This record gives sequence, structure tokens and C-alpha cells, in this order.
Amino acid sequence: MIRIFGALAIGLLFGAGVSISGMINPAKVLGFLDFAGNWDPTLGLVMLGALIAAVPGYALAKRLDAPLTETKFRIPTARHIDAPLVAGAVMFGIGWGLVGFCPGPAIAAIATGLQDVLIFFAAMLAGMGLFRVFTLLRGDRGFRPPA
Amino acid sequence: MENFTPFAGLGGGLLIGAAASLFVLVYGRILGISGILGGLFGGAGEEISFRLALIAGIVIAPLLLTSLGASLSDISVSASWPMLIVAGLLVGFGTRLGNGCTSGHGVCGLARLSRRSIVATLVFFASAAITVYAVRHVIGE
Repeated sequence: MIRIFGALAIGLLFGAGVSISGMINPAKVLGFLDFAGNWDPTLGLVMLGALIAAVPGYALAKRLDAPLTETKFRIPTARHIDAPLVAGAVMFGIGWGLVGFCPGPAIAAIATGLQDVLIFFAAMLAGMGLFRVFTLLRGDRGFRPPA
Repeated sequence: MENFTPFAGLGGGLLIGAAASLFVLVYGRILGISGILGGLFGGAGEEISFRLALIAGIVIAPLLLTSLGASLSDISVSASWPMLIVAGLLVGFGTRLGNGCTSGHGVCGLARLSRRSIVATLVFFASAAITVYAVRHVIGE
């Protein structure tokens, strides 16, 4: 049960960050991506702030034998650049550029109850479900670790 | 640049990074939202409740902040329904195929200097910027 509350607390922290940073608003994200328009550098500072806080965490994690509550770290070790990685990033980027939502902010924005947000979120879930069907059809039983 | 909100951006970013640090230090995992959400479709061998709790936290956060009196950025979506559906499908499928999104590759991956994440992040930022350029300055003329 404590584990579940821990996940909830980390979700709250992440959601607060997405909300306070303004990234919950797709118009701000698109403002960053639109270099030829009225450019809004905010997303760059969000990334900078996130890295300032995440780099020490990962540096410390590297020195630990195990995380605080689990027996081992589950961090991807793959290093090869393959077609799925690049094709997936291209597809994600197109979808991100069309509307301005990536998964984290799309989840945080559900709270508004706006119909446009719910449609996007439902389509995003459908896309994830389709990918699952796609991997099963290919006979790929195991899932690659997230990240 | 009149929309630039540097302090809110940096402060919000720090919270996102702190969440990523806590997640790896406490649970030993990458705080990748597309992976956590996509894992609900099975195959990852993970308990559903843990994923749902994290997602619930993300949904509740803005409600909690506004109820505490914070004034958050308005959400303005300017896309038609077909566009929302196409974009959602691309984001959902693409992040699973490419194994990550802005949080997993962009924040966690860059923080641990993962080669795959650096490539993915450069590719999705470039692909998104080209898409915005095409929509706003080529088609939208």
C-alpha cells in the first residue's frame, strides 16, 4: 500500500511540474516548436530545469547497488540505434507537432474535462493498444522495457 | 517572445526532474509516462495498480494546485477532431515503437546520457518542429 502511495506522490510531483511549467497547455509547446513564428523558449527552460534535478538523481542511482525499495534497478541497457527507435520518434514528433500534446501533459490536462483533450487522450490510448496488437501479431511475446 | 515564462518553466522543470530522480532512487525505474501508460495494455508483467496510482497523481495535481489557489496556464487546443485523432494515434503508437517520449527519453534518457535517448530526443524534436513549420507556414499560408 505504501508503494502505491509513493507512486501517487511521484505522479503528483510530476503533474505539478507539468502544470506549473505551462506545458499542460499545448499552445505553449507549439510556441516552442515554432521557430519561424513568435518563438516561446519556455519549453527549453523546462528541459533545463528537469535535467538540473534529474542528473544528480541518476548520478546517485549509478553509485547504489539497488534502489531504496526494490532489489534491482530496471534501467534499459540497449545502446544500438535501430529502425524502430528512429521511426517511433519520427511518428511521435509528427503527432506532437500537430496538436502540442505529449503523453505526460495529455494526462495532466484530462483534469480540465475538455472534450478536445479527452479525444486526444482516447486516440493516444488506442495507438498504444494498436502497438500492442502489432507486437502480438509479429509474435513478439516479451515487451521491451520502457524508456 | 511575449509569451515567454522563464521562471514558471524552470521551476516546473525542476519538479519534473525531481520526480524522475525520486522514481529511479526509490523504485529503480525510468519515469517514462508513455511506458507507464502503455504498460497497462499488458505484456510488461507489472502490477496495474502501481501504474494507475502514478497516472492518478498526474491527473489530480493540476486540480489540487488550482484548489490551493494557483492560477495555471489556460489550455488552448486548436485542432479539429480528425486532427486530434490522427495526432493521438501517432503519439500513442510512436512512443511505444520508439520506447519513450519526452519524459523517458527527453528527461531521464538525457540525464543518464543514454545514446538511444539522445538520438530519439533529437529526432522527435526535429520531427515536431518540421511538422509545426509545415502546418503553420507552408499549408497555413
